[in-house]
Amino acid sequence: MTVPAAVPAPDAAEPLLSVRDLRKHFAIRGGILSRVIDKVHAVDGVSFDIAPGETLGLVGESGCGKSTTGRCILRLIEPSSGEVWFQGTDVTKMGPEKLQSLRRDMQIIFQDPYASLNPRLTIGAIIGEALTIHKLAPSRQAHEDRVVQLLETVGLRPDHMLRFPHEFSGGQRQRIGIARALAVEPKLLICDEPVSALDVSIQAQVINLLEDLQEQFGLTYLFIAHDLSVVEHISTRIAVMYLGRVVEIAPAAELYDTPIHPYSEALLSAVPIPDPTVKRKRIMLEGDVPNPIRPPSGCHFHTRCPIARPDCSQRAPVLEEKRPGHWAACHYRD
Amino acid sequence: MVRAVDGVDLHIDSGETLGVVGESGCGKTVTARSVLKLIDMPPGRFEAGQILWKGRDLIPLQASEMNSIRAKEIAIIFQEPMTSLNPVYTVGDQIAEVIALHQKLSRKQALVAAAEMLRLVNIPNPQRRVHDYPHQFSGGMRQRVMIAMALSCQPKLLIADEPTTALDVTIQAQILELMQEMKDRFGMAIMLITHAMGVVAETCQRVTVMYAGLVVEEAPVEALFGNPRHPYTQGLIRSIPRVDRSAAKKQRLEAIAGTVPNMLEPPPGCRFAARCKFAMDICNQGIPPLKEVGAGHFVRCVL
Repeated sequence: MTVPAAVPAPDAAEPLLSVRDLRKHFAIRGGILSRVIDKVHAVDGVSFDIAPGETLGLVGESGCGKSTTGRCILRLIEPSSGEVWFQGTDVTKMGPEKLQSLRRDMQIIFQDPYASLNPRLTIGAIIGEALTIHKLAPSRQAHEDRVVQLLETVGLRPDHMLRFPHEFSGGQRQRIGIARALAVEPKLLICDEPVSALDVSIQAQVINLLEDLQEQFGLTYLFIAHDLSVVEHISTRIAVMYLGRVVEIAPAAELYDTPIHPYSEALLSAVPIPDPTVKRKRIMLEGDVPNPIRPPSGCHFHTRCPIARPDCSQRAPVLEEKRPGHWAACHYRD
Repeated sequence: MVRAVDGVDLHIDSGETLGVVGESGCGKTVTARSVLKLIDMPPGRFEAGQILWKGRDLIPLQASEMNSIRAKEIAIIFQEPMTSLNPVYTVGDQIAEVIALHQKLSRKQALVAAAEMLRLVNIPNPQRRVHDYPHQFSGGMRQRVMIAMALSCQPKLLIADEPTTALDVTIQAQILELMQEMKDRFGMAIMLITHAMGVVAETCQRVTVMYAGLVVEEAPVEALFGNPRHPYTQGLIRSIPRVDRSAAKKQRLEAIAGTVPNMLEPPPGCRFAARCKFAMDICNQGIPPLKEVGAGHFVRCVL
């Protein structure tokens, strides 16, 4: 078995986060005794670094393992193997107490702003909960002041504190989710499809807010999304995933201009451009994403790849630095 | 009472693709379903208006007359192909049912015709796949099945309600290409309802933009993207990040402030006024009329 090469973050002696050969296998149970009959390799050896202050975009289609990767980093899902280094400590080996203090530094915002807020708590209680858990407010007054400050930071009004989630629109709820994550002053924010459920005009509001907050607080983002135009807009670098593996990592502009992996190329060419005067050549991929329970042998993409050769089904390509700072996993593209 | 659609005028010429765009709750889906009278009544009702199909008003028609128009003349496909297919029948049976009903064929002949439709929409092994159930198909394949069913009686108009929203981008590209192919083959018109401006730009000839139950702009696709006149349309186009513009990167997106109005109590004037950066006093004094500003280009704005 080949261990994928480490992919260092550019121009940084010390990455904030390093993920090494991360794997997550979900067991599939069946039969009357619920025995493990198979496994889904949701994340199948993922490695990358994130430098302080940058935004790493993680893109791919449904079921490619991008959300599972995000959750394994926070250990909201226990990884099967691999290492997640955050500020010099391996997160995967932390005990429960250390893990709780880690969550002060790493927070997550979710896709569905309707399902991720407790409907029975007021906005004030939702945002303030973490302040209580991490003992960040010495007095009741300090607690309330901080909640008000957080609401204003994300563009909501202080009097919203006493309201309940159902009184807010999707975009406002996403702001509440962001305020909750910011309460503990994290260093890394994992954004799991934060704008996918929002209308386009609201999407732009939330994207702008995330950019402002990054500048204001020096935040580092892992931005997980399936919408390539959003990811390209917000990211410093982008990692493309296909069936549990990273197939390409490159600076955002470079990935768009000169993608190396045939999958990234096809994915980018499939994005509709909102301009009727632009005519592009589209690379049509045949068929669907294969079943992740039985991914194709060798390179997972060979069944749909326009340039596949016979040995692609035998050997899995390793992520290599094909150009400075531009990594790709393909035998036949340089 | 919510007036989900509040005086919408639109027309589709034979053989053209009309895009109907707008955000959640703007009334685009209700408009589409009203055309085929698929709205539950009650609670829904038509307060006023006409739906003219080849010059004939569909609103007063009896259920049986409507049935002879559905599928045969006007067909519809929905966003979620899993919930619009019946899980306990094979896809072949479901397509054959439509064909048998409208073309007076035997079950056996209809099943052969169903397999032929599956072949047309590029489903591999159609002879075998007609006997499969919806859960045995992937999302993209299910949408192909829906298209096969909708086109089985060769309608003159296909209403596609967010047909690719639930699909991944590479599968979306496949489905849009298939729809274009089918349109050329059968010479039908398409009414494409979507919130994705990119999809509109690539597939439509004409576009109608809806906001809060009203049409705010209608134009040929080049004019709409090249010279959008309504502040809402302008905002919509400028708020989308563009993957093809590397140089424009790190440019801030132009978000539209605020949120859509509550449709239980819509504002008296222009429904976009509260979010519009050009709003004036006059904007709150009544809904502006749709006026022509160019060839086939209409805008509901006082500016």
